[in-house]
Amino acid sequence: MPTTAPPAHALADVTASDSTLRRFLHGLPGVDTVGLEARATSLGTRSIKTTAKAYAIDLAISMVDLTTLEGADTPGKVRALGAKAVHPDPTDRTAPTTAAVCVYPDMVAVAKEAVAGSGVKVASVATAFPAGRAALDVKLADVRDAVAAGADEIDMVIDRGAFLAGKYLKVYDEIVAVKEACGTSARLKVIFETGELSTYDNIRRASWLGMIAGADFIKTSTGKVAVNATPANTLLMLEAVRDFRAQTGIQVGVKPAGGIRTSKDAIKFLVLVNETAGQDWLDNHWFRFGASSLLNDLLMQRQKLATGRYSGPDYVTVD
Amino acid sequence: MSDARLSVFKTYKLYVGGKFPRSESGRVYEVTDPKNNWLANAPLSSRKDARDAVVAARKAFGGWSGATAYNRGQVLYRVAEMLEGRREQFVREVAEAEGLSKSKAAAVVDAAIDRWVWYAGWTDKIAQVVGGANPVAGPFFNLSSPEPTGVVAVLAPQDSSFLGLVSVLAPVIATGNTAVVIASEKAPLPALSLAEVLATSDVPGGVVNILSGRPSEIAPSLAAHQDVNAIDLAGADEELAKELEIAAADNLKRVLRPQTVDFTQTPGIERLTAFLETKTVWHTTGALGASGSSY
Repeated sequence: MPTTAPPAHALADVTASDSTLRRFLHGLPGVDTVGLEARATSLGTRSIKTTAKAYAIDLAISMVDLTTLEGADTPGKVRALGAKAVHPDPTDRTAPTTAAVCVYPDMVAVAKEAVAGSGVKVASVATAFPAGRAALDVKLADVRDAVAAGADEIDMVIDRGAFLAGKYLKVYDEIVAVKEACGTSARLKVIFETGELSTYDNIRRASWLGMIAGADFIKTSTGKVAVNATPANTLLMLEAVRDFRAQTGIQVGVKPAGGIRTSKDAIKFLVLVNETAGQDWLDNHWFRFGASSLLNDLLMQRQKLATGRYSGPDYVTVD
Repeated sequence: MSDARLSVFKTYKLYVGGKFPRSESGRVYEVTDPKNNWLANAPLSSRKDARDAVVAARKAFGGWSGATAYNRGQVLYRVAEMLEGRREQFVREVAEAEGLSKSKAAAVVDAAIDRWVWYAGWTDKIAQVVGGANPVAGPFFNLSSPEPTGVVAVLAPQDSSFLGLVSVLAPVIATGNTAVVIASEKAPLPALSLAEVLATSDVPGGVVNILSGRPSEIAPSLAAHQDVNAIDLAGADEELAKELEIAAADNLKRVLRPQTVDFTQTPGIERLTAFLETKTVWHTTGALGASGSSY
């Protein structure tokens, strides 16, 4: 991609002022909308069957951030979710655990207890999720709260208002501050809410902005708006992390979230990862699905492969 | 100027979830009349079409089984009204499909429409016939009420492509089940046209899903499907029926075995009750008084 972009060591310079940052982000090549969508569509037509499908399903299960972000979340529901993350299919202990459970900050302690000893991580949304409309102090307090409660990963939302108004440095500073609040114990996922960024160019700029600011993961969306993760915007972000590593040597993860409900969709995303970022990202340390209902469909498909019979919703847990 | 007008051939499609998709496999097969004259190409459904149909039927089940019996009756009667409006088309299709004369085909179609009305009338009466209050030795009201079984796979009769189909389909949905129907393999066209009637009446999408193709290919995956609650083997031959019944045993599906039926006769309520489950509830009436009654 950007052959004219500054070399790795120079990326630190671009954040020197608002104008250098703007110049860098607006200097990124424009996105070919038609080409991007066509490529995402064509990669979605790959046929993944039998053993490859079984591998893909297990990989996808291990990449799920099992999420509950409702106002009505109770400790009981979070514990049930934790139990499901540890043993997704109670009838088949060979099913892998999910990558993490994702909850609101006040539920982190409950979730932590529910998944203790299993290797399942606890992710917490923070920074006035999902709108992100709060003062920086409030956002940082939110983050510190979640980290103190034991969150392994923090999902922050960027200030879309500032981003769309062109105040890139403000967004950058905020991410840096949150990263600092995460300390060394928690990985930081930065949510762009791609559905609110309007254009693919903006998504590319946001991706680079987030990565320069030190994100460990870049994440499409909160799952709370009409347009969430799509193959096209995820492909775009995968290209960004690939190019970022080529320039800086730093690997950044990608997490599409919201609207991925079927195994078929999940496998399409895995194809995108393999064909765009490459095999290094085919691991739950570098790629995640933010989802809740997806897991049940993956489990039903897994049962179908194991038994040859189509399974039904009666044979997976209700959440 | 020639008077000859080019024929406008109809593209027959499946009916799944209220939509008219082609088969996921993209396959079709040639449908002929009994004298081997080509009539049309019908979709040759695959296992995945069956799977999609079950998903659609499951999705529709809550709404349809939860609708009041009176409302279901109205909806089914509306179907009969629409059938009446398309009577000429069905007479032609049945005549071609089964090699009947026009008058015989008309009699079959009339009987099918009357059958539909008959079952529409049963929706809000079946509970009184097969349910009710049970006398028990204790201070309780004990009530039995029939409940729909769930998603029912229906293998429509092979020979009676329209009257037979209506006779097995209507009782299934009249009681609140949702159906995945495999149409007659040789004569699927009347069934696929019935789908158009269902789509333009008030039947919610997914309540009836109609597939055409080979029962020997599609039915085994329906019989083994863990999310199908019952299967009607009306259109299966002896060998297939046996195979399907074994597959259906895995999740204890309700199975209606194939039987010789004269579809021109009044059917009775056997098919209505075949896919019902009886729910019995106990309500306490309070302690019995000294007289032995709480009243």
